[in-house]
Amino acid sequence: MSGAEKIAVKVTDIVPLNELVTRFEFKRIDGGLLPTFSGGAHTVVEMQDGDITRLNPYSLMSDPMDQTAYTISVRRDDEGRGGSLFMHRNVKIGDEMTISYPVNLFSLDLRAKKHLFLAGGIGITPFLAQIKQLERFNGNWELHYACRSESLGSYVDELRGHHPNETHIYYDDQEQRIDLVNLLDGQPLGTHVYVCGPKGMIDWVRQTAEAEGWPREAIHYEEFLAPQPGKPFEVKLAISNKVIAVGENESLLEAMEREGVDAPYLCRGGACGQCETRVLDYTGNFIHRDHWLEDDEHASGEKIMPCVSRFEGKILVLDR
Amino acid sequence: MSKFTFPESIKSRPIYGTLAPRAGAAHLFIADAHGAEAILDVATPEMMAKGHIIYIPKGEQFEDKLRALNPASFYAGPTYSAAERRIQQTLAQAKMGLQLYLAGTEGLMGQAEAAAMQAGIPHTAIQTEHRGSTARRMQCVHCKGITEDVDTDPFVCSHCGLNLFVRDHYSRRLAAYQGVCIDAEDPGNVPAPKGIYE
Repeated sequence: MSGAEKIAVKVTDIVPLNELVTRFEFKRIDGGLLPTFSGGAHTVVEMQDGDITRLNPYSLMSDPMDQTAYTISVRRDDEGRGGSLFMHRNVKIGDEMTISYPVNLFSLDLRAKKHLFLAGGIGITPFLAQIKQLERFNGNWELHYACRSESLGSYVDELRGHHPNETHIYYDDQEQRIDLVNLLDGQPLGTHVYVCGPKGMIDWVRQTAEAEGWPREAIHYEEFLAPQPGKPFEVKLAISNKVIAVGENESLLEAMEREGVDAPYLCRGGACGQCETRVLDYTGNFIHRDHWLEDDEHASGEKIMPCVSRFEGKILVLDR
Repeated sequence: MSKFTFPESIKSRPIYGTLAPRAGAAHLFIADAHGAEAILDVATPEMMAKGHIIYIPKGEQFEDKLRALNPASFYAGPTYSAAERRIQQTLAQAKMGLQLYLAGTEGLMGQAEAAAMQAGIPHTAIQTEHRGSTARRMQCVHCKGITEDVDTDPFVCSHCGLNLFVRDHYSRRLAAYQGVCIDAEDPGNVPAPKGIYE
């Protein structure tokens, strides 16, 4: 079985925070303790939506040392593929669900002298766990959190209440912006910057920090890509000896799973590299969307990340 | 000729590059002896306007040329130990965006790299260029004593007197190569010392 190990849980609390974001709490069905994790980790939540199994990653936001329950916050995406809508509309307290063991692709670098957190919208969630982790050993951190408006500022009150000196909030609708160049300028040597939010924000922070001479190793980011719909295409799986059709609204990875092919995965968002698959033959064009492979690997036509990338053309043969 | 091509070796052995200008809020150069030549090669007036040089001449005559680059600050000290507090202090007060350039002997670059890593710079973000002597800073694995500027293999540990074989096994933390007793099983059976790269 691919992916991280699974845990059977029960939904023990559901708290709507605002118009878009709802928090869910999970506890183990068998009453035991959940594994500890490190701040920045996510869990993949399995949703049985009729015939479709949806697997969406969500950052864990609870205290990493609290083994009694995990919490996640889900932002409703009305334009998305339906995972967040399912969580908002179909999941009830008492429901039994399956989640994965925590996987961390956005961990703190504990060698850092200071942690500078930049969050946009729902990108606040991994930082909530990281802040709890750092507070345990008096870590040096600072948060700059941009939200659309006061009413959509998830966890702003909690953060300001507990950490008034470390928390800085910016509301888009009040024309408040993070003054990034100024913020980066003068940070003590050994500061690491972490960004989680919309793609535009991540690109802005990465590019600005690199232009200011920050080492790549001191710039951390997390962006979960959702698979995008696209034209249907056919794939031949050489090892499984199957030809499968990938539908408009499913990813290549999901199509393989639907056909019973045990394909490896972890993040399902183009970040972790686990699902990397060799291309044996193709005639057509790849639509690469991951940020795992390098540009030259994308151009080579030798590899594809089935969790987010697609294909348009006549022939695609994969080593799977 | 201050440049030397090191033979290929095990993964543990450091690989040095060629200094190149990088964008940054400040530029710190730490060099000894012929390492000055690498600074002279890479320096531009723009870099030197926010450039700081810490130099250990070890008897070489480059100080005037380095001063003529007109860096924002210049310090020359007799030994690495003498310069160490200044290096630590400079790093402690430094801000993100600082670019670090190390040039000269392996011992100098290794020790400055260790100090920079302690201060929070990832080692992969530090530029290095080897110039001058190929002598090594060695740690005796038996007594843990450090012997500086070792250029023969085997050599005698300056602390415990054992005959040590010069290995390519390197410690980034200690900024030293490993020296292992060469005649432990047959005391006195020591090959004649020769140059490390002969």
